[in-house]
Amino acid sequence: MSVLVNKDTRLVVQGITGSAGSFHTTQCMEYGTNVVAGVTPGKGGQKFQDSVPVFDTVREAVDKEGANVAAIYVPPPFAGDSILEAIDAEIPLIIAITEGIPVRDMAEVKARLDASNSRLIGPNCPGIITPGECKIGIMPGYIHKPGKVGIVSRSGTLTYEAVWQITCAGHGQSTCIGIGGDPINGTSHLDAVRLFNEDPETEAIILIGEIGGSAEEEAAAFIKDNVDKPCAAFIAGRTAPPGRRMGHAGAIVSGGKGTAEAKVEALLDAGISVAETPSHIAEALFKIWNP
Amino acid sequence: MNIHEYQAKQLFADAGVAVPNGTVAQSEQEFDQALSGLPDGKAIVVKAQIHAGGRGKGTFKDGYQGGVHVVSSPDEALEKAKAMLGNVLVTKQTGEEGKEVRTVYFNEATDIEKEYYLAVLMDRATSKPVIIASTEGGMDIEEVAESTPEKILKVLVDPTLGLRPYQARQIAFGLELSGDSFKQCVKLVTKLYDFFWSKDCSQVEVNPLVTTPSGDVLALDAKVNFDANALFRHPDVVELRDLTEEDPKEVEASKFDLNYIALDGNVACMVNGAGLAMATMDIIKHYGGSPANFLDVGGGATEEQVENAFRILVSDDAVKAILVNIFGGIMKCDVIATGIVNAARKLEMKVPLVVRLEGTNVEQGKQILADSGLSLEPADSLAEAAEKIVQLAAQS
Repeated sequence: MSVLVNKDTRLVVQGITGSAGSFHTTQCMEYGTNVVAGVTPGKGGQKFQDSVPVFDTVREAVDKEGANVAAIYVPPPFAGDSILEAIDAEIPLIIAITEGIPVRDMAEVKARLDASNSRLIGPNCPGIITPGECKIGIMPGYIHKPGKVGIVSRSGTLTYEAVWQITCAGHGQSTCIGIGGDPINGTSHLDAVRLFNEDPETEAIILIGEIGGSAEEEAAAFIKDNVDKPCAAFIAGRTAPPGRRMGHAGAIVSGGKGTAEAKVEALLDAGISVAETPSHIAEALFKIWNP
Repeated sequence: MNIHEYQAKQLFADAGVAVPNGTVAQSEQEFDQALSGLPDGKAIVVKAQIHAGGRGKGTFKDGYQGGVHVVSSPDEALEKAKAMLGNVLVTKQTGEEGKEVRTVYFNEATDIEKEYYLAVLMDRATSKPVIIASTEGGMDIEEVAESTPEKILKVLVDPTLGLRPYQARQIAFGLELSGDSFKQCVKLVTKLYDFFWSKDCSQVEVNPLVTTPSGDVLALDAKVNFDANALFRHPDVVELRDLTEEDPKEVEASKFDLNYIALDGNVACMVNGAGLAMATMDIIKHYGGSPANFLDVGGGATEEQVENAFRILVSDDAVKAILVNIFGGIMKCDVIATGIVNAARKLEMKVPLVVRLEGTNVEQGKQILADSGLSLEPADSLAEAAEKIVQLAAQS
């Protein structure tokens, strides 16, 4: 079992004919993801990989192929518009991989999103994977293994690190959700924790955060009051200098807010097992979870 | 991206936000002309231009006090400007190395009735622009928020509707203004929000905003930051970037799309992914070392990027050892390994190197490193790599 995506997912890829879109869509299809359509305005009527129909609009992909999840690889200047198009086509789940979308565009997207029934994951994220069933995004598929640990993270490669540690220990993941490193995103740590908490097949949760904002603290507060499943966490950026953006647009300590220390303290206070280093994330979980 | 105060005020003036008259000089030859551009018989504010706050209370390297001075004549202004230009100013925000003053800004002094605070920024919690205002101007706003939160006024703006007139009035009423000052404040807030939104700013701060005895409302200071993701829409803003204000290694790295931030330790690191790069800095510290930098080579780095990354790392004399930490996903370990080998040969690296590879094509990558004949230490886990590199840095 899993959350959000599985073998029944019907994926439409926006930006399927671009270099990033075509490369990663091919990888996802090889993994077994059910890609039912692509969208590139002006290229409607073509076929991707001789099998996937390409449409001019997302609406057509929904009407003709029953797409229910959208992945977005469109370049940053146009990605905000692509998300709005997917919302308008009433796609329930939208995954925006694109890095570098202007914050102003995301503020507009977020306002529309809040008034819709769509859920957005990302942007600036590796995507989402339910091992063995459905991979949407840019993560290497083979490091994952079907299992019982739900992982939510703001970082890509740091997630791979955690996934690999779990897999090497002989266990697996229910679903891994990359929520992205931008200051404005669609799905928060808290949203993902809620989903994992309600999923009967997810037995333990790993939360990976970093400096900036207060999303980790909000998730910690929820876990403290509502979650009985074992939770482990890691926060990156203890050594980051204040006032500097550490690669991710959202990774910044400003005005003494969003520090790693404050986040770790909130997580510990919620009874979460916090890893001291990125090499000890699985170990932190196995301290409190005996699968 | 940051800009200077004089540039911000020029943008304000272009956007219809009232600012005092001002002129700039970037050499001694330009002083006379700059000063003659200000009205006669009025006091003059002389301001050192660097990308850092706390200028007024700063000290120059030669002992000269203060990067902001109010004087009563052009002769005095000239004297202050000469003392500042080319001198290095140290403030609480510059670090002890300070920053060289390359531009001096002359402002017509303003008679101040009262000081206020005004800012527009993106509120992360609500994903909306927020206008923040306070009657407690000219002070550290974070202290005001801490000690007297009731004196902080916040107005959230719906990004799809924009700032509505009643919201601009809320600010002016909140600042207890009336008459002409009220009208001018409403106009200034409206223009400032339009500027924030149309130029893709991440933050616009006016501290202080002032009223004059005759009731005028002016932005006496201006601090503007732009969203780096949106610069493609604003070539005019990109032109305002002052590379001399940035770390030369960071400027060099940005030419190759490398995400690099200089730090003051001696263990350099090269990592793919921002989160893992931060975590790598953290683990170096955890094992008793001190990171020399943050460097994210991104998800699809090329051999050329890897080579340039190394060149930038070794150009830092403080660096005693280099840790490479790659979790190959899209980026294949064999490609990275080839890049490392080529760079190490070309650059004749003299500092120890620890390489930790994991992920796609990891075995081929490790083989390439082993066959290279280079003296580098492989590591299987990040913890092992961090322990090794800290030891090596301490020995060399």
